[in-house]
Amino acid sequence: MTEFLQQLINGLALGAIYALIALGYTMVYGILRFINFAHGDVFMLGAFAGLFFTPVVERVFPPQSYSGGLVVLLLAMAVCAGLGILIEMLAYRPLRNRPKLTVLITAIGVSLFIEYTCQHRLVFGAAPRKFPDLIPVKTWNVDLLVISSTQVIVFVTTLLLLVILRFIVQKTRMGTAMRAVSFNEQAAALMGVNINSIISFTFGLGSALAAAGGILFAMSYASIDPLMGVQTGLKAFVAAVVGGIGNLPGAALGGLLIGVIETFAGGIPGLSNYRDGIAFTILIAVLIFRPTGLLSKPQVEKV
Amino acid sequence: MAPLLQLDQVTICFGGLTAVSAVDLRLGPRELVGLIGPNGAGKTTLFNLITGVYPPTRGAIYFDGRPTANLKAHQLVRRGIARTFQNIRLFASMTVFDTVRTAVQVHRTHGLRDALLRGGGFRRAEAEVERQVRELLALFQLDRVRDEPAVGLPYGDQRRLEIVRALATRPRLLLLDEPAAGMNPTEKSELTALIRLLQEKFQIAVLLVEHDMRVVMGICERIVVLDYGVKIADGPPAAVRANPRVIEAYLGEEAAPHA
Ligand SMILES: Nc1ncnc2c1ncn2[C@@H]1O[C@H](COP(=O)(O)OP(=O)(O)OP(=O)(O)O)[C@@H](O)[C@H]1O
Ligand SMILES: [Mg+2]
Repeated sequence: MTEFLQQLINGLALGAIYALIALGYTMVYGILRFINFAHGDVFMLGAFAGLFFTPVVERVFPPQSYSGGLVVLLLAMAVCAGLGILIEMLAYRPLRNRPKLTVLITAIGVSLFIEYTCQHRLVFGAAPRKFPDLIPVKTWNVDLLVISSTQVIVFVTTLLLLVILRFIVQKTRMGTAMRAVSFNEQAAALMGVNINSIISFTFGLGSALAAAGGILFAMSYASIDPLMGVQTGLKAFVAAVVGGIGNLPGAALGGLLIGVIETFAGGIPGLSNYRDGIAFTILIAVLIFRPTGLLSKPQVEKV
Repeated sequence: MAPLLQLDQVTICFGGLTAVSAVDLRLGPRELVGLIGPNGAGKTTLFNLITGVYPPTRGAIYFDGRPTANLKAHQLVRRGIARTFQNIRLFASMTVFDTVRTAVQVHRTHGLRDALLRGGGFRRAEAEVERQVRELLALFQLDRVRDEPAVGLPYGDQRRLEIVRALATRPRLLLLDEPAAGMNPTEKSELTALIRLLQEKFQIAVLLVEHDMRVVMGICERIVVLDYGVKIADGPPAAVRANPRVIEAYLGEEAAPHA
């Protein structure tokens, strides 16, 4: 039982990070109907932004403090929001009215461009880097369960971000306009919604969440490298599809689900070697039995 | 009176097809004008031109005395042009309330920053938006379904919601593309009354595309007729009804007076 709970906590902590990244895939899909394959790389850039901001922030805030950690997180989110907006403007906007396949291939190109540029020795270099401890490292024992301060921060941050995201999407002018665009772009434009600014906003929001995921991931695993976004990004993408692409609660649920199942699989002898394949097995199962995802959104009527 | 909307020799070609051909049109600030013509005459295309969906191949459009070329669709809405769609285009599972809210918020400047800070200004603006949405929904008797998704509404309600959504942008010119299509006679006459009411209450210009001649003749002061993209008549209902070209192209013999 303790073993089960421990795995559940570890799985949820991993799943929360997948969830944060998956939200970006699903939001962009909801608006533009294409998969932004460079999103996993924005997650990586978030982690590196954290790496570079930490020494700067530590000049002002005490090292390994919650306040300093929060500032690093916010800075990384802001930088990545800007990068996400820039990627859309430079790479995708000129192709707005081209076939989706063109944009999809461009997204793969952008992803490779970021990965290989960052691996260059004058940029980040290909070797993994140690990520500094942003917050006080502590562990708590509850009975036989072990919970780390990092895990607590992962849960608290993710929960807060989800609540804020929900507020933005449901209550604010930009959020309402975002939903309107996702249902019918042309009708939204003809009701006065500026499509370009909504698309920028969506990329900014999704990228900020990915950056948060990057920081939390780096805090949890302590090591970062320019290709860290490849596999994690892919699994988060799977999470978005499993939850129902275009559906925000679905992406969060899919992320948690994949994180938990993957962690449990890793604990089963004989299955642990296949850990990274689990997400894709789930994907195949979902695509067979529920092709529109677990929390499927009603198909948007095309006019 | 200076026209609110002015079309000068507006033409659009899709490949070899000239869907709208050298159309001249003037619309006063509070006119209620019917736009009729057979299927494929170019009525919807004319709406698409006025609302900036397509740029005209030739000719120019002026709204409130200023050219509309180079303005994007959403900018035209902010200048005061709103429309509904022939084939309903609501925001699927968005609620009735949020649908109208989206349109009401078009003129609001408060953005995310204010929302997150939850300042007094934001809350006041938010309350004002809510009030406007409630008022519009009440006027169109949609308040009872305010929390239901738009797609789930009965057909007549969906049509009316499209009109409310357009009105919510506070237009000076409202373009209605077959708002009564698919309605039964009772719903049609209710809608007719409603169009007249809103035109008077909001003091706006309305351009109405409608195939049901009783609706058009009943409320329009002026009727414009398109045929193969060409304007073939423009005048008071009685004159248009008696116009031989209109009878031949669209109305048919039975509609002619004392035929
Ligand atoms: N985007 C487009 N590309 C090519 N042809 C178009 C396009 N839009 C409209 N057309 C053509 O232009 C002509 C006019 O169409 P339009 O929809 O404006 O007619 P309408 O008067 O609204 O007809 P209806 O009464 O059936 O709604 C039609 O022949 C139509 O096929
Ligand atoms: Mg039409």
